[in-house]
Amino acid sequence: MKSRPFIPSAVLGLALGLLAGGAGAAANLDQPAPAFTGTLAGGGMASLEQYRGKTVVLEWTNHDCPYVRKHYDSGNIPAMQKEAAGKGIVWLQVISSAPGTQGHVDGPTARKLNAERDAQPAGAILDPDGRIGRLYEARTTPHMFIIDPTGRLVYKGGIDSIPSARKEDIAKADNYVKLALDDLASGRKIARSNTRPYGCSIKYAD
Amino acid sequence: MLGVLAVCALPLSGARATVVEPGPAAATPHVTATLLASADAVRPGREILLGVRQRIIPHWHTYWKNPGDSGSPTTITWRLPEGVEAGDIRWPTPGRITLGPITNYGYENEVTLLTPVRLPETLPDNRPFVARATVSWLVCREECIPEEVELAIRLPVLGAEARPGPGDPAIEQALARLPRPAPGPASFRRTADGGLRLHLDGLDIGRPASAWFYPDQWGAIDQSATQVFSLNDGRLTLELPPGETPPADGERLRGVLALTPDGGADDASVGYEISADHAVIPAAHGGQPAPVMAMALAFLGGILLNLMPCVFPVLSIKALSLLGHTGHTPARTHRLGWAYAAGVLASFALLALALIALRAGGQAIGWGFQYQSPVFVVLVAYLMFAVGLNLSGLFTIGASVAGVGSSLAGRGGYTGSFFTGVLAAVVATPCTAPFMGAAIGYAVSQPTAILFAVFLSLGLGLALPYLLLSAWPRLQRLLPRPGPWMERLRQTLAFPMYGAAIWLVWVLARQAGADAVPVALTGMLLIALAGWLYSITRQGCARVRLSGTIGAGLAVATALLGGALALDGWRETARDAASTDGGAQWRAYSAERLAELRQNGTPVFVNMTAAWCISCLVNERVALRDADIVDTFEARGIAYLKGDWTNRDPEISRYLGEFGRGGVPLYVYYPANGGEPVVLPQLLTPRIVRDHLFPAAGVSPPPDPKESS
Repeated sequence: MKSRPFIPSAVLGLALGLLAGGAGAAANLDQPAPAFTGTLAGGGMASLEQYRGKTVVLEWTNHDCPYVRKHYDSGNIPAMQKEAAGKGIVWLQVISSAPGTQGHVDGPTARKLNAERDAQPAGAILDPDGRIGRLYEARTTPHMFIIDPTGRLVYKGGIDSIPSARKEDIAKADNYVKLALDDLASGRKIARSNTRPYGCSIKYAD
Repeated sequence: MLGVLAVCALPLSGARATVVEPGPAAATPHVTATLLASADAVRPGREILLGVRQRIIPHWHTYWKNPGDSGSPTTITWRLPEGVEAGDIRWPTPGRITLGPITNYGYENEVTLLTPVRLPETLPDNRPFVARATVSWLVCREECIPEEVELAIRLPVLGAEARPGPGDPAIEQALARLPRPAPGPASFRRTADGGLRLHLDGLDIGRPASAWFYPDQWGAIDQSATQVFSLNDGRLTLELPPGETPPADGERLRGVLALTPDGGADDASVGYEISADHAVIPAAHGGQPAPVMAMALAFLGGILLNLMPCVFPVLSIKALSLLGHTGHTPARTHRLGWAYAAGVLASFALLALALIALRAGGQAIGWGFQYQSPVFVVLVAYLMFAVGLNLSGLFTIGASVAGVGSSLAGRGGYTGSFFTGVLAAVVATPCTAPFMGAAIGYAVSQPTAILFAVFLSLGLGLALPYLLLSAWPRLQRLLPRPGPWMERLRQTLAFPMYGAAIWLVWVLARQAGADAVPVALTGMLLIALAGWLYSITRQGCARVRLSGTIGAGLAVATALLGGALALDGWRETARDAASTDGGAQWRAYSAERLAELRQNGTPVFVNMTAAWCISCLVNERVALRDADIVDTFEARGIAYLKGDWTNRDPEISRYLGEFGRGGVPLYVYYPANGGEPVVLPQLLTPRIVRDHLFPAAGVSPPPDPKESS
């Protein structure tokens, strides 16, 4: 048996051969989150790529939707945004309402609305053609997504467990986003990573 | 912010609306709600139906219990006299409201939500029965408005034997719109694309214009995606695309199936209550093997692997080297056997680890998966070629030029045996023995410990013949005596190795295209050059020997790195065009194509194959390209779909998973008009194909007009 020296290289090859991988484009849990670049309400562009190394929260919103108003008028989402900012988490609103539909705003209006509501997200992305919304298959306002520092989608779904437009329900509900962010921060597996989103339909462009 | 809007109470005859008490009707800008009863009076101990009727302005809608992608169901909070109990809302069959990519389940124009209310045995008959309800709903067109009203209804109390008059006719109409009990058993199963396939039996109706399954819960299916249906002999089959949280194993699928009669409007649809069992497709040979059974099968499969064309030369060489050791102590020979077994087992453990790692990474994988990498294929081709050159005598390595028959000294003997074991395992993997498929498929879907056990059983089976030989001096004496014939046999065994290399280059060409062939062949040239350089410099001085070794090393490194880097990520784009390749006409498999064909009632034969799967190729050659079978396929109008798993393909992996398989080949026949799929064995002959496709009809039945639609 004289072919010894070649055989270890085959074992090496076996290991090499296993190293092929692939990436998908859809917003699937535990897969790389779909990349996007969008216009910020304050001017300039934001891409998901630039936040690599930080946790990113995407919040689809429409300021006139009763479900969104439930969480803004009560101060729930603004408080979550501030808490996230304090922990170095990047919280981005995404507005996918088409021009002429409820919730469609220009950059200055989006900023004014946030100032009035005492909301301080890291940014608001204007998505009037619905490109980013369709990429993530966002259905409702609010609809929440969390991307971990390595760029993987780790949560998608509702903001909490009680699908109603009543402010009184907020205190009774499990805040899925808060729980997921806590799990993520302490290195635990996110207990509920795929929940039912609830709210108004996103008013997409046809 | 609950912007409502209470509301012009409509005084009805008999109802004494007061300022403080709400009346039976209330209106918001979008909805007029009225509280109705199934009778004009109540009786103690009896049940009455109360209905909340919503009259909705045009183009707006309220929601079903599962509102679909957005929205919120209507809620009713009852305030009833002591002892009176209200049941859950009985929801009429909903409709679909679609807005862009979003689909909602709900009601337009008018709907009456019924609630059964049971009265206690004793009721004070001196005052009327009053039911009060807070009704909240979300009403949407494009934008959504939450609204809430207070309603109350007063009904006189009669004696238990009295006969109350009829109630509101809207209650009767609402009852007619409730889903009916299912006419027969319902079941569902997972499909290859991860979706669900729902069956409902016992339907005695013509083909409906449309069918839609409304799941009770969010996430069971993709609520917006198209549902494809077919109806055959009273059995309705509906393909439901996967949702975010499909039912877990053992969970039922509940909801309402709405069928719209041909020519009927959407609100003429008939709903059926569905509570479907999770059905599991029976495997071809009596279900999934238990762990012990899978281990036994894997062990037997491993023994059979020794006879496979690519493994046999390796084993023969090993047996020959054993002859060389006849001078050794039995103990040493014994240890060499164990070193070989350790090599085999280590390789299978490594494979199992790789499978576990890939599975943890969410990859859809299966047996033979490593051959889906062009880099792996080219490296194994190089290995086969190099071993062949070595056997041919182009070069020898090490001091013992005398080669076979000379005694190997020191640790080298054990290392050599170990790596021969590794070699045997590497070359064995593409030769999936017939009944190993089930065991491996089972193992891939099992917890880590069982996966390991099955793989190690396989390795043990592969190692067994040599292990026995080395452990039993008696068996060794049965081997022929050493002599010059051994050198000739050694040279002869080079040719199967070259053959294997040719086959692997062909696989590579299928995977990565024709351009990969010169890359692979250049690599082989370099390897031959390296062998020759090394060989001719052995007789020179130290310097010459060193430069020869360095030159050979460089050539090998160039071949390996060049092959790996050039081929990494190469993929031949899938050929979708119809093709014949000398057999029946086939088209590339896709889940949609299969669904479409089945929808049309066409019989379908599915062949899942890969270029590196030898038994697949043999089956195609022997059975599927048989002239008689080809004719039968044509005459019967059987559509032939072929899935090529030569490269990684998650769609095919899922299809295999649906049948409990982790690898190819897999042959499935779907009879015409939606019959149950038939799984064929992994080794085919024309007769086996015929017997499975036409079990009752025998050999080559004439075309049956009923089946060719």
